[in-house]
Amino acid sequence: MIANIIGTWVAATLTLAILSFLYKDNPLYKVAEHLYVGISAGFALIYAWAFDVYPMLVDAFRHNLAQKNYWEAWILMVPTILGVMMLCRSIPKIAWISRWPISFTVGTGAGLGLVAAVQGYLLPQISDTLRPLVTVNNFVVYVGVIATLFYFYFSKEHKGGLGVVSRVGIIFIMVAFGASFGYTVMARISLLIGRFYFLLHDWLPVIR
Amino acid sequence: MKLSERLASVDRRLLYLLLSLVVILPLVLKPKTRVRISEPVRDAFQAVDQLAAGSVVMISIDFDPSSAPEVQPMLIALLRHAFQKNLKVIVMGQLALGLPLAEIALNQVAPEMNKTYGQDYLNIGYRPGYVAMMVGIGREIRDYFRTDYRGVPLDSFEFMRSVHTYRDIGLLVSLAHGAVAEAWIQYVGGRYNQAIIVGCTGVNAPSLYQYLHSGQIKGLIGGLQGASEYESLIAQPGSATLGMPAQSAAHGLIILLLVIGNLGYLLSRRRAKT
Repeated sequence: MIANIIGTWVAATLTLAILSFLYKDNPLYKVAEHLYVGISAGFALIYAWAFDVYPMLVDAFRHNLAQKNYWEAWILMVPTILGVMMLCRSIPKIAWISRWPISFTVGTGAGLGLVAAVQGYLLPQISDTLRPLVTVNNFVVYVGVIATLFYFYFSKEHKGGLGVVSRVGIIFIMVAFGASFGYTVMARISLLIGRFYFLLHDWLPVIR
Repeated sequence: MKLSERLASVDRRLLYLLLSLVVILPLVLKPKTRVRISEPVRDAFQAVDQLAAGSVVMISIDFDPSSAPEVQPMLIALLRHAFQKNLKVIVMGQLALGLPLAEIALNQVAPEMNKTYGQDYLNIGYRPGYVAMMVGIGREIRDYFRTDYRGVPLDSFEFMRSVHTYRDIGLLVSLAHGAVAEAWIQYVGGRYNQAIIVGCTGVNAPSLYQYLHSGQIKGLIGGLQGASEYESLIAQPGSATLGMPAQSAAHGLIILLLVIGNLGYLLSRRRAKT
């Protein structure tokens, strides 16, 4: 109970410290900002140990050794060595060693990403675009996709017919930007509401 | 000083004060507003509602405190709905700072619904490098999560003994504020045909509509508005519903300021020409 009250007061003080930047930059804001960065980094470090290195490496190694799964235990040394090689990046003289684990990561990521991009994005989206032209919505999708693709076709000057189609394309792009910006404004206002709700509900008993 | 010049030189701090008032007053006065349910949110609700009792729902916490005001109400509403339907809930996190938010929500909702840790829900924790983990669960969840977040082996929980791959998970829910939701859709939806619904911040919602349109996700809960719609569907209004009048008032103010700002700009341009 006491811990909750202290926590709420600390959170409320830090919220007001951050909001004080709206008036002007000040030391209180700087303290809150640095606290946030430091605590986030500390939190990530603890999580990396507690949820990654310990269970996936230390505990898994011990468990496999105890089960006499020697192959599964010692294979864990490969990612461990790659991880240590990655840390060499912070020592300029041997920084080149970190290129090997980076290339391993890039290769794995590209391999996984390529399949996902084709299987989970490109093919379903193309198949969804190719709908029969029986509704106005489907027609708008067709026009939007074709006109936008033409807008990004730079091998020929946008004049004549190509110019007209690409201008239609830019209208679709602008509508998309507008929708995205509208949603962004909504999201930012929601964050402000969230903070005021916390101050008025959890800190001060104004809203019940 | 002319009106257009006055409009152009308004102290921005006055606007912040105005916006604060417009947000605070509806929160305190609590005016009643009607929430209209949109199709994407209704679809998300039905995806949960149609699951048989005892089915497993996996909720991935892909957001952190920076987007909690929008996404946390979705998590609370979804947990209430899942527990009402007697579904088994597995919670996991893809962001280090997100998992404590799941704990806060579970500690609030589970006692309300008389649900017990280990019997009705489980928190299996966080793993960095989510892409490999997402693909790996398709083979065996224990390759990545041998224990829950407290270090208790998964097989010591009865309902987890029959959960191995995505085949054993009725619905995957990604509550996201970034690219993680798209990764779930592309890697898990595309490869394993996993049924997915997404709850996301307003910023992310426009980029996810394409997946809804193509049927790659079953439903979409976007922003505070989406959260308030979900709260209405389960008939348990919460902080999202309370925040919607403030949201509408703030939008009204922003539109008004946009109109005034542009009028001022047009007036000053006309004066410059003459």
